[in-house]
Amino acid sequence: MDLQIALLLGQDGITNGAIYALLSLALVLVFTVTRVIFIPQGEFVAFGALTLASFQVGKTPGTLWLLIGAGLVVAVLDLTQAARSGMRGKIPRIIGWNLLYPAAAAAVVLLMKPQEMSLPAQVALSLALVAPLGPMVYRLAYQPLAEASVLVLLIISVAVHLALVGLGLVFFGAEGSRTTAFSEARFDLGMVTVNGQTLWVLGASLLLIVVLFLFFERTLHGKALRATAMNRTGARLMGISTLMAGKLSFLLAALIGAFSGILIAPITTIYYDTGFLIGLKGFVGAIVGGLASYPIAAAGAILVGLLEAFSSFWASAFKEVIVFTLIIPVLIWRSLTTRHVEEDE
Amino acid sequence: MSPRFMLIGFIGLLLIAPQVASEFQVTLLNYIGLAAIVALGLVLLTGVGGLTSFGQAAFVGLGAYSTAWLSRAENLPDWAAILGGSPWIGLLVGLLVTALVAIVLGLLTLRLSGHYLPLGTIAWGISLYFLFGNLQFLGGHNGMSGIPSLSIFGVELQDGRYVYYLIWVVLLGAIWLTHNLLDSREGRAIRALKGGVVMAEAMGVDTARSKVVIFLVAALFASVSGWLYAHMQRFVNPTPFGLGIGIEYLFMAVVGGAAHVWGALIGAGVIIILKQWLQDWLPQLLGASGSFEVIVFGVMMILVLQRARDGLWPIIARLVPMRKAVQRVPQGVALPRRAVPEAGRILLEARNIVKRFGGLVANNNMSLSVRAGEIIALIGPNGAGKSTMFNCISGVNPASEGEVLFCGKAVTNLDSREIAKLGMSRSFQHVRLLPTMSVLENVAIGGHLRGFKGVLASMLRLERGEEARLLAEAARQVERVGLQESIFEPAGSLALGQQRTLEIARALCADPCLLLLDEPAAGLRYLEKQALAELLRKLRDEGMGILLVEHDMEFVMGLADRVVVMEFGEKIAEGLPEAVQRDPAVLEAYLGGVE
Repeated sequence: MDLQIALLLGQDGITNGAIYALLSLALVLVFTVTRVIFIPQGEFVAFGALTLASFQVGKTPGTLWLLIGAGLVVAVLDLTQAARSGMRGKIPRIIGWNLLYPAAAAAVVLLMKPQEMSLPAQVALSLALVAPLGPMVYRLAYQPLAEASVLVLLIISVAVHLALVGLGLVFFGAEGSRTTAFSEARFDLGMVTVNGQTLWVLGASLLLIVVLFLFFERTLHGKALRATAMNRTGARLMGISTLMAGKLSFLLAALIGAFSGILIAPITTIYYDTGFLIGLKGFVGAIVGGLASYPIAAAGAILVGLLEAFSSFWASAFKEVIVFTLIIPVLIWRSLTTRHVEEDE
Repeated sequence: MSPRFMLIGFIGLLLIAPQVASEFQVTLLNYIGLAAIVALGLVLLTGVGGLTSFGQAAFVGLGAYSTAWLSRAENLPDWAAILGGSPWIGLLVGLLVTALVAIVLGLLTLRLSGHYLPLGTIAWGISLYFLFGNLQFLGGHNGMSGIPSLSIFGVELQDGRYVYYLIWVVLLGAIWLTHNLLDSREGRAIRALKGGVVMAEAMGVDTARSKVVIFLVAALFASVSGWLYAHMQRFVNPTPFGLGIGIEYLFMAVVGGAAHVWGALIGAGVIIILKQWLQDWLPQLLGASGSFEVIVFGVMMILVLQRARDGLWPIIARLVPMRKAVQRVPQGVALPRRAVPEAGRILLEARNIVKRFGGLVANNNMSLSVRAGEIIALIGPNGAGKSTMFNCISGVNPASEGEVLFCGKAVTNLDSREIAKLGMSRSFQHVRLLPTMSVLENVAIGGHLRGFKGVLASMLRLERGEEARLLAEAARQVERVGLQESIFEPAGSLALGQQRTLEIARALCADPCLLLLDEPAAGLRYLEKQALAELLRKLRDEGMGILLVEHDMEFVMGLADRVVVMEFGEKIAEGLPEAVQRDPAVLEAYLGGVE
């Protein structure tokens, strides 16, 4: 291996690592707020990428039907609940988010020819279709079990993952897709060429991290999420709805997931089930951070990206084995450094 | 109907099934049996022990690949050629390889809190799948064919109907072993894991070991299933050992009822038949090929966990009217007892204990001692640090500074399990019981350290003598505290005061020389309190040392030989009950000072 290849691999690794870092941030966020280990994160990656790809080839993306369907079920459940508990004030909101919003999205997608839109508009529309699925999934799968143990929530996550992968196959078929790059530009920096898309990925990831930081530090909702992450009961006593916190964290996670998918789709071919492995690599990063620390999780994710890039050069057949075995030294290190004292739950 | 009758009926059905079923149905039954063996391990791991693995399929793969590779003698160097060609050596090697991997993985992840293990198993399930597919000597993605079929007593099990009997014998055997294990001293320790490790450790259970044990048993069951699979199919490739199948195994356990041995069978049956049916039907419906059944499985799983968290087995069991077996109070020869320390000897000495939680000093410079044949009461207002002191003494949460001597030994930094071994036993302020287990079984957990037979003996029922003596001892302690009326009731059905009393019986079952009781009289009625005081006096007269935290002053003052008073983490008074009651500092602490 010469320096040029090393730089090339490094570029690859950092690009993928940035995506994993975004995902690991979302995973840490969801876990600290809701105690859900969000395995289905990867499906949002795939949905985001494939929705955009569908627009670009002039197809109607299946996620639209998923949004409408999930909205219907949520509306039925929430309306019955609202009617039973006599909370009529909630009804307009329920109808608005779960019935009118998907209907509006359908109108835009079916009537306005997304294929002819500009790329930013396509991206925005893709996010608008996929991100609301996050809170809906939370409502349908997790909310009735919000107080269950981490283990039960984890099994639910795996079940949601399977259901969404299956639906992805139904909606997008087994063929993979790529989207057009955000930028075709190339920059020669001495011995290595940097792709425009790479810069996009890095820039967008950094921007998103800064935005998230500001959201958590400066806004009331961000602080509410942090409070819930620290102490659910305490947050609730202060009038923070843990339900709202759960839905909000899922919205953010779905948004980040879909956006990651959109960023990576011009570089890698995305299949309906590609997201799972991408999401899991974000997980390895998140576990490095103990599912608690954002900066360490992000650093761990970058490390995963680099490891993956270099192992694909040296032993490409064993790329996945090497990446997922990384988790073992990490677990040893964590088990030696944490002393787990159980308190009353 | 009695359970035994049901079981005999079921086995009868199993015996005639291959004679009346079509070849396809027999194959399906074979797959159900194979999957149920794996799911059974998950019942032990998830339903009983509260741990989860998504990677069981990888263990199945280890079993299958070991025997597949060994069965072809040309794979082996000359000196080892004798090992080749025999499925039985393949089984043995498969079990050894699996055990090795499981122990290493278990030691790595089981010490961490709950969710690292399943995450680890996901990663490990993926790695092993790719490894199977990329190692050329294991046939890569094409797999290995030409594995011989099994033969037993000269009968070659080539036909699915013959393999059927072997598979179901193995499954029933595994169910029997698991059932035996759960119904034993080791089994109670395993079932105690779900109630949190603090109580189990304080009763002397090595919880880390118990976790490794169930992880290992589950892995070995999976490995046996893989061995059977390889010789039934006579071909292996990586597909059936991927993460997706691993998840399916977990679903079987959860859908069937993860806390019941028969749940594994029900779950395996439901999932495999459903999968077969959906794989025929869904692609036709959707007009495309692909494994769409995962959608149904995913949704079904979510609904089961939301609506019937205990799975299908309890629902089915409720439909069949069962005659309740008559339970007898166990009888048995008394267990050997610890030598009673002579009265007046110092049992416990805590010197200058400091306990900090971050910046908060919960105990500051606390000292106290307890002699054999003496009742010491530790009192003080709420938040004075009494329970913290208990946790420092019993090793549940060791002191930051200071020294604890128990029976002349420094125990300051020992695990609570080690301290329990030396003869200290305790109850908890917030009751820590296993609500679904009977009163008797809960008490028997206290006797954990008085039995010595291991997991294998329990599985094979070679510990019945010791078990009877343990249960008889537990029954004696139940009677001693006056709970004999509800000895077979689930502990969770008792009133709170009785649950506290149960904790005392559990502590007594350990045959301690020092008893630590955290608010034993809270929630008791007047007569019950009197009976409790009577019991504690009797224990003292027998030479036991007792340290208790209590808020009921009448109870304390009438009972204690000496009283230690705490406030804000420090000792403010110590002495005879009458003297302490007149102590101005104590009066101020309890009633407030004169402004």
